[in-house]
Amino acid sequence: MPVRSAHVAADAEALRDDGIEFMSHLSSLGARCAIPTTTNPRSVDFERAAEVGQRPIWTERERGIVDAFDRMGARRCDSCINYQTVDNPVYGEHLAWGDTGTVIYANSVAGARSNFEAGPAAVAASITGRVPRYGFHLPEHRRATVRVEVKDRPSQRSDWGALGCLIGRRVNDYWKVPALVGDGLRPSADDLKQLGAAMASYGSVGMFHLVGVTPEARTEAEAFGGIEPVERFVVNPGDIAGVYGGFQADVEKPDLVVFSAPQLSLAELAELASLFDGNTVSPVTRVYVTTSAMVKAEAERLGYARSIEKSGARLLTGVCFYLMAPHELAETFGYRTLVTDSAKLANIIAGYGFDPVFRPTSVCVEAAVTGRIPW
Amino acid sequence: MNTRSRDPDLVLTGQPGYGPRAEGRALVSQHGFSARYDLNRERGVFSRKEHDLFGESVVGVILIAPVSKGGIATSWMLREMASRGVAPLGIILHSTNPVIVQGAILAGVPIMQGLLPPAHQVVRTGDWVRMDPQQGTVGLWR
Repeated sequence: MPVRSAHVAADAEALRDDGIEFMSHLSSLGARCAIPTTTNPRSVDFERAAEVGQRPIWTERERGIVDAFDRMGARRCDSCINYQTVDNPVYGEHLAWGDTGTVIYANSVAGARSNFEAGPAAVAASITGRVPRYGFHLPEHRRATVRVEVKDRPSQRSDWGALGCLIGRRVNDYWKVPALVGDGLRPSADDLKQLGAAMASYGSVGMFHLVGVTPEARTEAEAFGGIEPVERFVVNPGDIAGVYGGFQADVEKPDLVVFSAPQLSLAELAELASLFDGNTVSPVTRVYVTTSAMVKAEAERLGYARSIEKSGARLLTGVCFYLMAPHELAETFGYRTLVTDSAKLANIIAGYGFDPVFRPTSVCVEAAVTGRIPW
Repeated sequence: MNTRSRDPDLVLTGQPGYGPRAEGRALVSQHGFSARYDLNRERGVFSRKEHDLFGESVVGVILIAPVSKGGIATSWMLREMASRGVAPLGIILHSTNPVIVQGAILAGVPIMQGLLPPAHQVVRTGDWVRMDPQQGTVGLWR
């Protein structure tokens, strides 16, 4: 079936030399994007890779990938928040997006229709303008199957990530669609972004409904489409706090404090700028913040970037932290304990041998400034 | 073990999968699987400390798990690992997402899903398994 746009996750950390050859070969054969095609973050911020301490090979590899996508005519935004910036999904349209966070947002919040199209499959969709008709393109797969009664109350953005973690762990199946039901759940776009990214990361969930908020769930009856849930569970008061409590470091010192995964929106950078403003990052820790080129430009114009950088934190563009060959950074610099307000990053980074500590944004900033994880 | 000399101890059946027949020693997890979330891909070894296969190698085994996890990257990674000879011989999951299926096909690694009885519940690490994706069957010898 035809799709309007493709979003391709193809970073050097995933592709390595074999995948880079594959992409170069395709583009040299004359493969071209037949539909608007955006790209997910890279492994390096080309201007700051040396400062971060990444080996030059990663910049070389990324140049090979970037060249291939430029030849193909992709809109190379190098961003996992395309839906907040360069390609806003529209209700009912069909897409071929990769990066699970982009897909769950498009499906759930916008009501657009996409499966998790892995890198090579999204490339194929970009070239052909088509995908197989299956999964979330079909109405019957979009109905809720799991009823989640949310009795706990998320009160800050990272709480939504924690909620996504709880639901993802429990549902843990691409083919199940949870519907969240609860009084007074009024998330912002960034809250929904954290909720979805965490659910997709912890449970490979591709779509959710939030009754009264998301477009295919104006009512609970609409979300379930007249079919009984196959599973029900409750998120009780205290469960969100329990998610933070599940991440405990055996040392107090944060080697790294990272705000990333997904890249930060302008609103998230504004909040971070006000928290860091007038503070200085402790000499015992390093702080990385990632965003897209488009958001960075606005953050510079509005002074947010300056407040963040002045503290000693580093604002990186076109990357996401877990793509930055973090296992090599850990080896080079002895990084182990990583504090983050991203539930998604806390999940993924453990695979690279880090000890993650997931905390609310303000606590992460406190850890960065004092050089001590407060709790 | 010479599996041709006798019938399998158990045959699991389900829908057809993808890829050629494969056989080898089983490595069984009760957790999920993602190449990016769980593996040191240089060596093909589980690097996630809380994973039940932490320290185990996927090289030259049939990897069995209940479910595929997380992100998009496994699609590129299986092919890259296969190019260096450190991919599993085959993958059997109870429930898959599109990422691991697309990745396994691109890598030429046979993949099957949804067998009964569920493979991760009846196969033990060290069992010899033969997967036949075209037929939708898996033979098990122990």
